[in-house]
Parts: sequence; C-alpha cells; structure tokens
Amino acid sequence: MPDKVILRVKRQAGPHEQPHWEDFEVPYSERLNVIACLQAVQRNPVNRMGQRTSAPVWDQCCLEEVCGACTMIINGVVRQACSALVDELTQPIVLEPMSKFPVVKDLVVDRSRLFEDLVKAKAWISLDGTHNLGTGPKYSQEVQQLRYQFARCMSCGCCLEVCPQYGQERAFVGAAIIGQVNLFNLHPTGRMTADERLEVMSQPGGITDCGNAQNCVRACPKEIPLTEGISGVGRQMVGYGLRKFLTRSSKL
Amino acid sequence: MEDRAIIVVGGGLAGLMTTIRICEKGQRVKLFSYVPVKRSHSVTAQGGINASINIKGEGDSPQIHFEESVVGGDFLGNQPPVKDMCFDAPNIVYMLDRMGVPFNRTPEGNLDFRGFGGTLYHRTAFAGATSGQQLLYALDEQVRRYEAEGLVEKFEYYSFQRLLLDGQGRCRGIVALNMPTMELSAFGAPAVVLAAGGAGLVFGKSTNSMINTGSAIIRAFKQGVKFANPEFIQVHPTAIAGTDKRRLISESVRGDGGRVWTYKDGKKWYFFEEMYPAYGNLVPRDIASRVIYDVVVNQGLGIDGQRYVYLDVSHLDDEVLRRKLGGVLEIYEKFMGEDPYHHPMKVYPAVHYSMGGLWIDYQHMTNIPGLLAVGECDYQYHGANRLGANSLLSCIFGGKVAGNTAAAYASQAFEPLPEEALREAVASEEREFARVFALDGDENAYEIQDEMGWMMDDKVTIVRDNQTLMAVDGTLRDLQQRLTRAGLRDQGRRMNAEAIFIRELEDRLLYSRMIVKAATLREESRGAHYKPALPKRNDDEWLKTTLVDYDDGKLSVSYEPVDISLLPLRERRYDVKH
Repeated sequence: MPDKVILRVKRQAGPHEQPHWEDFEVPYSERLNVIACLQAVQRNPVNRMGQRTSAPVWDQCCLEEVCGACTMIINGVVRQACSALVDELTQPIVLEPMSKFPVVKDLVVDRSRLFEDLVKAKAWISLDGTHNLGTGPKYSQEVQQLRYQFARCMSCGCCLEVCPQYGQERAFVGAAIIGQVNLFNLHPTGRMTADERLEVMSQPGGITDCGNAQNCVRACPKEIPLTEGISGVGRQMVGYGLRKFLTRSSKL
Repeated sequence: MEDRAIIVVGGGLAGLMTTIRICEKGQRVKLFSYVPVKRSHSVTAQGGINASINIKGEGDSPQIHFEESVVGGDFLGNQPPVKDMCFDAPNIVYMLDRMGVPFNRTPEGNLDFRGFGGTLYHRTAFAGATSGQQLLYALDEQVRRYEAEGLVEKFEYYSFQRLLLDGQGRCRGIVALNMPTMELSAFGAPAVVLAAGGAGLVFGKSTNSMINTGSAIIRAFKQGVKFANPEFIQVHPTAIAGTDKRRLISESVRGDGGRVWTYKDGKKWYFFEEMYPAYGNLVPRDIASRVIYDVVVNQGLGIDGQRYVYLDVSHLDDEVLRRKLGGVLEIYEKFMGEDPYHHPMKVYPAVHYSMGGLWIDYQHMTNIPGLLAVGECDYQYHGANRLGANSLLSCIFGGKVAGNTAAAYASQAFEPLPEEALREAVASEEREFARVFALDGDENAYEIQDEMGWMMDDKVTIVRDNQTLMAVDGTLRDLQQRLTRAGLRDQGRRMNAEAIFIRELEDRLLYSRMIVKAATLREESRGAHYKPALPKRNDDEWLKTTLVDYDDGKLSVSYEPVDISLLPLRERRYDVKH
C-alpha cells in the first residue's frame, strides 16, 4: 500500500492563458477516488515543491457518475473523476481537462455546445401541454429497455472526446446527439416527428460525418450501445431519404 | 429597466417544471442555475415517483396516498396541499410518460409500479433505478424546446447572490454571480422563484450533490424570508460510505425485495421484519434509520463491529435485478468494488433531505410578495418525515402550482426599479467579495467545513439531546469566528471556487445554527426529530410549524398551527397494518 498519492494536474488560469503542470501529494487511504484527492489538496494547497499555491478548480456535482459534470482526462483516458478509484490507477495520476471543449479554468471546460446541438437535433417530444390529457402511449418492455439505455446519456462528452471526427472547428454533432435522435425516434409519439430529426441528421455535421471509428461505444461510461444507435438512425435515414424523394417527385 | 421575464433560480425538477408552466402561459423565463441544468441534483434520485394509479388492482387510491403521506410525516404537514399533491399525482405521472420518460412497463405495456417505504401498495412509477435522472431529462428537454422558441434564456454557472426588493418590500429581481468571469450583475423581474434545492453540505458528507450548498436559501432568509421547520432533516437508512461523500442505495432495493440484516448470536437477524411484521423492510426512513443506529451503536451489532449492516438482494433473480435496479447496483459495484448481485451490501444511514425550507403559502408565495419557493427548498409537503418517492412528486406538483402563481402575479404592472437601487445591490455584493479577497489569515475554509460537517452529522441527526445541541451551537460560533481568520489562496478573478466557497460556508454556518436552535427548542419527538429523553410525539404542545426569522443578526423562533382539517390525528404504527 502506498502512503501517498501523487497528482499531476494541468492548470490553466483562463481560456487564453498558457497551461502549466503542477504536482501535488496527498495522504493515501483505502477506496479514495480522484475527487477525494482534489479535496485533500483544497485542505492543504501546497504543491510538491513545497510552495503554497491555489487548489485546482474542477467541475462536479453528484459524484455518483450520473450527472456527467466531473468528466476529465485521467491518465490519458476520458472518464468521470468520481468513479476513478486511486487503487485502480497508476501514479502519478495525471489530470487534464477535456481537449475538445474550451477550457474555462484548470480542469473545467465549457461543454455548452453539447446542449446547443441537442436543440438542433430537436431532442424532445412535442408535447401539447402539461395539462391533463390522459395516459401516455402503451409500449412494450423491449422498447422500454432499449430506450432506457439511450436515455441514460448524461451528456458527459466522453464519446465526443475520443471521436476523431469531433472537434471545436468541425460540424459533426457526435454519437451522444445521434443517440438522442434514436431515443426520441423510438418513442411512439416521438416517431411522429422523426423526420424533423432525420432532416437535421442528413445535413452537414449529421450522421454522414461519422467515420465509424467506434471509439464512442468503448468510451461511454454508461455502456450505451452508441454504434447501434448510429446504425439505427442510419437505417431510418434510408426510409427518410426515400420518403423525401417520393414527396419531391410527386410535386413535380 | 423593464424586463417582463420571470426569474427562476435552480434548474432541477422543481425549477424546470415551474419554467414550463410559465412558458405555457406565454410568458418568458430567465433560468439561473449553478450548473448546466441537466446536471442538477434531481439527477441522483433513484427509486421513482408515487402515484396511486392502482395498476396492480390492490385497491390503492389517492386518498390512501394522502393519508399515508400525512401519517408518514407524523402530522406536521398542512393537509390541504398534501392532499392536492396526492390527488394530482396520477396526472403528473401520465404527463411524464407523455414526455417520453422511459418508465418500466408491465407485460401489457402499462406503467409498472414498485413498492416503497411507508406503504403496502405498489405506488411508485420508476425508470430503472435512475428515475430522477429520467424525470429531470424529460423536463430539461421540454425546457430546451421553449429555449429554441425564445421563451427561455438560460444562465448556467451562475450563482444567486441576493434579492432585489422594491420600496414596497416586493421582490423584483436578483443579483447573480457569473462564476466563470466572477462578474456580478443585477437582473430585474416581475417575480422570482427560488428552486434552489437542499443543503446537504451542512452535514458534510451526505447523499447530496456538491452543489447543495444551502447558500441561496440563507441569502433569501437574511433578507427577510421566513424559514419553516429547519429541525426536520431526513436521514436515509441505506447509504454507502466514501471519503468524498456518501452515496445512496435506494429504498427501491427494499421495495423490490431487498432485506436488511446483521448477525445476532451468530445467526442472521432480519431486525426490521422482526420488529415491524406488517411493514418489515419498508418502514419509513426516520424509523429505519433509528433502528439501524440502535442496532449498530447501542447494541454494538454492526457487521464485524463496524458501522454498517447488510442490505441483501442476493436471493433475487439477476435478470430482474438488472432490469429494475441495475443503475443503483452499478453505483455500489463501481464505488465499493464488490458484487452486490451475489454479496450483501454494506450500508449505514446518511443525511439525505430537508423536510423544512422557506415558508410558503399554498400557492408557493413566500412572505415576501413576488418571491416564490419550490422543491426541496420549500417546506410544504413532507411534514416531519418525507415518504420515499414523494420528493420527485412534490417538486413537480409544486412546480405546477408555483408556475401558475408566478405567471398570474407577474402579469400586473410594475414601475421599473430605479437604476440606483440596482447599482447599490450589485455594489453591496462586490463589497462582500472584496472582504473575502482581502482575507489573509491562517485558517483553511475547507477544514472548517469538514469540522462543521462532521459535527452536524454526528450530533444533530438521528439522536438529539439539548446538552449536546448547546455545545454544538457554541462550536458553530467558534467556527464562525475562525472563518473570519481564513486565508484566500486563490487571488484569481476567474472562476474563483475558493472565494465562492468561503461565502457559501458563512451561509452554511448560519444554516447549521438555525437547525440547532429549532431542534433545541422542540421538546418532543416527531418524525425525523428524535430526543430519547422525550421519545413521544406531543400533539398538545408541539403540533405546530416552527418559523424562524432573521432579525438583525439574531435567529428569532415562533410557531404557527398546522392545518389538520382533513385527517384526524392518530398514532403512527408500522408493526400492524393501518
């Protein structure tokens, strides 16, 4: 058992500042996670050179791997810091902010693009209202189980971080968004407006930008079958393309 | 500066539902959230949402739901709003289903329901064991639709700082901090809805998220909003330990057949089942936590002499477990590194929820006109103890009511606030931050937080006595003093988490003192508030709501009657069927 944990943190004071590395040493105890190590630095913000410094800033909320907030790159792998257990990591534990999003400060990045892309993809049911309109549609346990898998996407961005097609200067929306298109197109009510989402998917940045690297499905902490989602939406695109062609032809 | 958009502070279930209702009335919303709304604390709720739809043909009804909620809350809840909530619950679950929440289904394709604490009916609709996440996402999606239509403007990574009040004492907006840039700005509005959640960090390690700071509640309180029933803090019986926080193992684990036990005289002892033959493992949380505490601390029967008992699902079918409880068993597996499908889980009680909150009337208006409160930060629906799966319900029901009230209130005409008032409000917050930036003492705020949290958790939760409470208050005063001697290591003017933390901790120390004071004064045991020296509920003297005012730096406590017009008082028993 080690009696210390060594952290190497990539620090950056703001989006336009130069990054630098700072090392910290915190006491080891059993079942520590990366968050607990960062908390220990807050209680004693002294770096490994013995200099007083400020504690690194990171994004966090639930610490139960269900909100997606504390996503960062840990020893080269993008994941949530809460479920990254020290006992399963080699030291020094290297912490870096995600690279596909602008840095806010230290380990905090601005993932607002993810939510903007959910707007683009119309990832919702077009509800008539929240007043009483009776029961929802019946559907099978199989459809529920399939939808539930995609519904667990916490917009953490792991699948985007590892995607060779996704980047700050590129249009591709990535697997998370395509997974949400699949989620809503699988719902009996959502299916009624499926073509609106498929139209978005047919545009630049849509599904044709997927390079089929399949990194997304391996990186997803919730084991969402993202590649199945992409191929599912791909199949829907065929039908949509045909419908679109026929509609256009009938107007000629 | 005339802005007709209503301000909602908080993007969890309650804030989002409020937002949707306001948008449905055609009005605009400025939605402020500490985190991107999709990451709000509602995301952690696991078990589900109660609605007496009676899918299983057990004879359940909203009236029974209402009665069990009132009894579960040990009669401290005002009965008319509790009744309205329970009767609206089926509509709410249908609405969520229409929104696309992937609720588990029966073989016929209907909504499936599971058992939960404090009831013998299958009343809880659920989406695996991540129901809160699924409900939050559904509302988030609807709000995103309104955002696309231009009715909602989001301010994420903003922290509420103070209320703007006009000359007539009405709430007319807020001052908020943009945390990435550390800029303070005033936002005028015809009405403000606080949906700021709970305050788990008061107790250090709890099941709450790291954003449940309690700060927004205390800022409003310090500006004159009354707080009700602070002494009623729910301790959830089954959580797992962690260095950073505690993690919930949902009541649904027991609702779906999980059993709690420890060894006694070398044999497995299913103590809930023995002590409460009727409800067994599904006794309400206050009782369950007290029993575990007694078994472990007083009787010394924790597993291996440690502070935990077993929660066991190893007798249940793997496939059913995966389908219904996969999400929560995954948390256990990931964080404890053990297989919960085949080995019993090690659990112990942890602080979970605040029944108390900002005082509101039945329409969710606080005592300050134009300021509403909703969700965990209000006090209305759970009395002295909340039943499991009623919290998601109260957030959404409250959001419906608060949204309607805010929209109606905001449609009246208002004179714009004078620019001078806005400038002064911002300047007063700037002075507070300047004070924190000037701190150069030796104390570390995070260590003070740890001391406060450890003490509050150890001495002000399951078992309380006045001598200890008075000592705790003394230490809290010391901690307040020590915090004035803190040092600020991070002098940066960008996302200064440390400066923000110090100001929040000041609020939390006051919050703690409010809890301790109200707990000291309440000389009885009721729901989650338990004094071994006074183990019985005392309706003659204490069937009343605690009200706390902040009066020139002092906490002043008064009481008001509880509305018990619908259900007569009765003894609360779970060893026999009601």
